[in-house]
Amino acid sequence: MPINISDKTIKREFIDKVAYLSGQDIYKCFQCGTCGGACPMSGEMDVMPRRIVRMTQLGLEEAIAQTKTCWTCASCHSCTVNCPRGIDLARVMEAIRLLTLRKNENMVEPSKLPGETVKEMPQIAMVSCFRKLTS
Amino acid sequence: MKVTYYPGCTLKTKAKNLEDAAVASMAALGVDFQELSRWNCCGAVHSLADDDLIHHVAPVRDLVRAMEQGSDKVVTLCSMCYNSLARANLIMRDDPVKRKTINDFMDEEKDYSGEVEVVHFLNFLRDEVGFDTIRAKVKYPLNGLKAAIYYGCTLARPRNVAIEPPGGTQLMTDFLEAIGATPIHFADAFTCCGSYQILANPENAVNVAAGILDCAAKAGAEALVLSCPLCEFNLAKKQGEMIQSGKISNNLPIFYFTQLLAAALGLGKEACRFDLNEKCSAEILKAKNLAVEAVAGIA
Repeated sequence: MPINISDKTIKREFIDKVAYLSGQDIYKCFQCGTCGGACPMSGEMDVMPRRIVRMTQLGLEEAIAQTKTCWTCASCHSCTVNCPRGIDLARVMEAIRLLTLRKNENMVEPSKLPGETVKEMPQIAMVSCFRKLTS
Repeated sequence: MKVTYYPGCTLKTKAKNLEDAAVASMAALGVDFQELSRWNCCGAVHSLADDDLIHHVAPVRDLVRAMEQGSDKVVTLCSMCYNSLARANLIMRDDPVKRKTINDFMDEEKDYSGEVEVVHFLNFLRDEVGFDTIRAKVKYPLNGLKAAIYYGCTLARPRNVAIEPPGGTQLMTDFLEAIGATPIHFADAFTCCGSYQILANPENAVNVAAGILDCAAKAGAEALVLSCPLCEFNLAKKQGEMIQSGKISNNLPIFYFTQLLAAALGLGKEACRFDLNEKCSAEILKAKNLAVEAVAGIA
């Protein structure tokens, strides 16, 4: 998928917000791909975490919004502990999620979950899922 | 010895086997294991955004409760509770700016600055009870049970709350050896089970969990030992589905480490609660003639 990069596509505000929320210097990333290699969910992702960081560096907010990466992330911190540049990538993923969730969007709709699912799930599954994927 | 423990929500409902086995084992070992007199949900996951302090309030309140009742230590059984309490505690101890904001917000509470130590039950067993004491009290060693050691995420990451140095599985290894089982090390011991994605993207989580089970089976494990009710759900309760869809070929019995402790100490059904596990868990113990009293009568 070709991505156009120009003055119009670079969302400076998006870059600043991700940096602010995550507390991370995303420009440290040198694209080694260790994060994706360590990620247990990477086989289920459409775009590798490494590319999400590159897209964030370039302020490609809309292109990132088209991907499912941060919604597939399970916040397991494998990327974080393996990053040779010391970037806490789990925080970057959280920041990208929050920029959507804080617009009052839910990725999971608690009220629409089937009764059977709610009955069988351990509480920590629901609490953690709603914490990470709802507004 | 007296110690305060924090059970958390899931242990009171879906993971009673994790709690009951621990409480009974502590009684058998002569430890006065007291539930925190008042507690609330720990929040299950740690908030990772720098400006999101409100979600640290729940775990901090639990720690304030422990401080109020004079406990300098709180033991947790559930891995997720351990992680969220321990990380909130580090913020209160090490980050003066966030600490002040959180303390100011909870103006009805006493100020808290990380006075209480958050300890996982495995560390407590090693450091306070002692594996030698456990070994001496074992009545029915779990001889010949090849059990894969599974830490998952929250006991091991991030590093500042890891229950032992990164990549190490010495703690669980020593524990399993103390109760007579044979520890099996496998490549996915620290691989996430899919966690809360079981609710949002169940197919993805099941794929990841099946990979872990397959990896453990190939390493020669006959069972897998863990300490997290969400890992237990993804790795045990979803096995029927995985077999049906051909993702794994055989069941792999899953145990909470506390259940194996209770079984080795010679405690009965009411303590071990193998009836709450998937059927294959009791079956493997029966087949190996282990924990005979604890599995008697479980169909």
